[in-house]
Amino acid sequence: MAIQQLTVFVENRQGSIVSITETLSKHNVNIRALSIAETEDFGILRLIVNDKEAAQKTLLEEGYLIKVTDVVGVKIGDAPGKLSEALDVLDKANINIEYLYAFMARTEKHAYVVLRVEDNDAAEKALHAADFHLITEDDIHKL
Amino acid sequence: MEQNYYQREIETMPAEEMKKLQSEKLVKQVKHVYENVKYYRDLMDEKGIKPEDIQGIEDLHKLPFLTKADLRDAYPYGLLAKPLEDCVRIQSTSGTTGRRVVAFYTQNDVDLWEDCCARAITAAGGSKKDVCQVAYGYGLFTGGPGLNGGSHKVGCLTLPMSSGNTERQIQFMMDLSATILCCTPSYAAYIGETLKEQGYQPEDIPLKAGIFGAEPWTEEMRHGIEKTLGIKAYDIYGLTETTGPGVSFECSEQTGMHVNEDHFYAEIIDPDTGEVLPEGSKGELVFTSLDKEAFPLLRYRTRDICVLSRKKCSCGRTLIKMAKPMGRTDDMLIIRGVNVFPSQIETVLLNEGYEPNYQIVVDRVNNNDTFEINVEMTSEKFTDKVSEILAMEKALANAMKTMLGINPQVHLVAPKSITRSEGKAVRVIDKRKLI
Repeated sequence: MAIQQLTVFVENRQGSIVSITETLSKHNVNIRALSIAETEDFGILRLIVNDKEAAQKTLLEEGYLIKVTDVVGVKIGDAPGKLSEALDVLDKANINIEYLYAFMARTEKHAYVVLRVEDNDAAEKALHAADFHLITEDDIHKL
Repeated sequence: MEQNYYQREIETMPAEEMKKLQSEKLVKQVKHVYENVKYYRDLMDEKGIKPEDIQGIEDLHKLPFLTKADLRDAYPYGLLAKPLEDCVRIQSTSGTTGRRVVAFYTQNDVDLWEDCCARAITAAGGSKKDVCQVAYGYGLFTGGPGLNGGSHKVGCLTLPMSSGNTERQIQFMMDLSATILCCTPSYAAYIGETLKEQGYQPEDIPLKAGIFGAEPWTEEMRHGIEKTLGIKAYDIYGLTETTGPGVSFECSEQTGMHVNEDHFYAEIIDPDTGEVLPEGSKGELVFTSLDKEAFPLLRYRTRDICVLSRKKCSCGRTLIKMAKPMGRTDDMLIIRGVNVFPSQIETVLLNEGYEPNYQIVVDRVNNNDTFEINVEMTSEKFTDKVSEILAMEKALANAMKTMLGINPQVHLVAPKSITRSEGKAVRVIDKRKLI
């Protein structure tokens, strides 16, 4: 059920992110969502893309350090309090969130939240039981 | 400046007499080593040299060299020349791998070592009227024990502070009116800066002299320390393989260090051919222990690049002088007074599951060495969680600390991001400009 995120190790220097996005654009990869975590030494770029295989191949060829991580994608209503409702479900199920980021849908009145938790199955089960719509790889392609 | 000597006869001995004394000691020493150290006997036999072939210091060049690799091969007892029951002490270099050197001392060895340090303290103006604060580390490291012993021999009131705890150092210094400070130059500079921050002027500080060594330092640094502390700063040189600090020491002229050549005979050789070079030439410094009993190294290659000079010295000492070492023939770095070999860093990386792709960056900020190691992240270790990567950096820094004895800052960097020049990675960037 989970969706797959591409994680890229980013050097902490000027121009390092643009060279990644340029590489992706050259291969027609569309970025659906991204987040970056940074420290003094390095950054970790997390990407949800329309064509994971192409992105993975081109980044590897360019010598980037990448990792594919399973994350949970959940669809929420685009209204105040909707994110809290989803997070509350996880909190009640004692599921710890490592990080999360969100993006808007282009047409529908919805937002999507990408969640990195310790136990994906448990998170999905809890969200599903609370009637949240979980997104799949297929959904990502269609976005 | 009025000159005092700890052992006047030796320190001002005419060159010819010194040569005679050295020759007598060498002949005896070679016999002692040949008879008691199988490792060195084998080296001599291999070269076809017998103790009888060494009739005086002019024959020294016939003997084989010893290197750090020999010390490693012979670890721990292979170069020991006395029964263990006659030994009273060991000292050791930092590092927990095969690079570690364990040196043994009989009571006579400790005495001659402390005499050497006493000569250094006396040359810096020390006498039994002085209060000598020893802020070198005590323990396996030779700095503390060596200067401590020398201070006792001179008759100074000795403050065995060891290194660190700067507040306490300053309290003892001020309350007990310490007049001589012994420590690494970077620690002296740090103490000086701290005193300055606390509002002390040089004239408020009771110190008159400092004996600083165990790491390279510049003339600029000397002037800085002398100004902040209101003292004269003297250099001291040594290595655990010979004894520790006090192999050579500076006098009031401050133009090089007098080698205690009645105990340690110095040669300069061409590091490539091993050929002995004439006085004044730049080359690798080699020491022969002329009368140490337990761990008497003959023709030990220090890897320090140096120059020797017999020019007349205004202090009256006739002991040959060596310049401050001008570099190394190997890749050893001295960081915060600790010897660091890039190969040790490589060993840690391999043990911890990293590729040996790294770069050491050393700098000196506010007179203190900074020590950073950049290591390339591997695809096996890479994760999407920042906390895990930070934990990896910390674990690697801890492993380095265990191996090296000092704490580096470890940065995990992207693969292939470490500078490669002509296909070969630049492993060490030393920005300290020490020479």
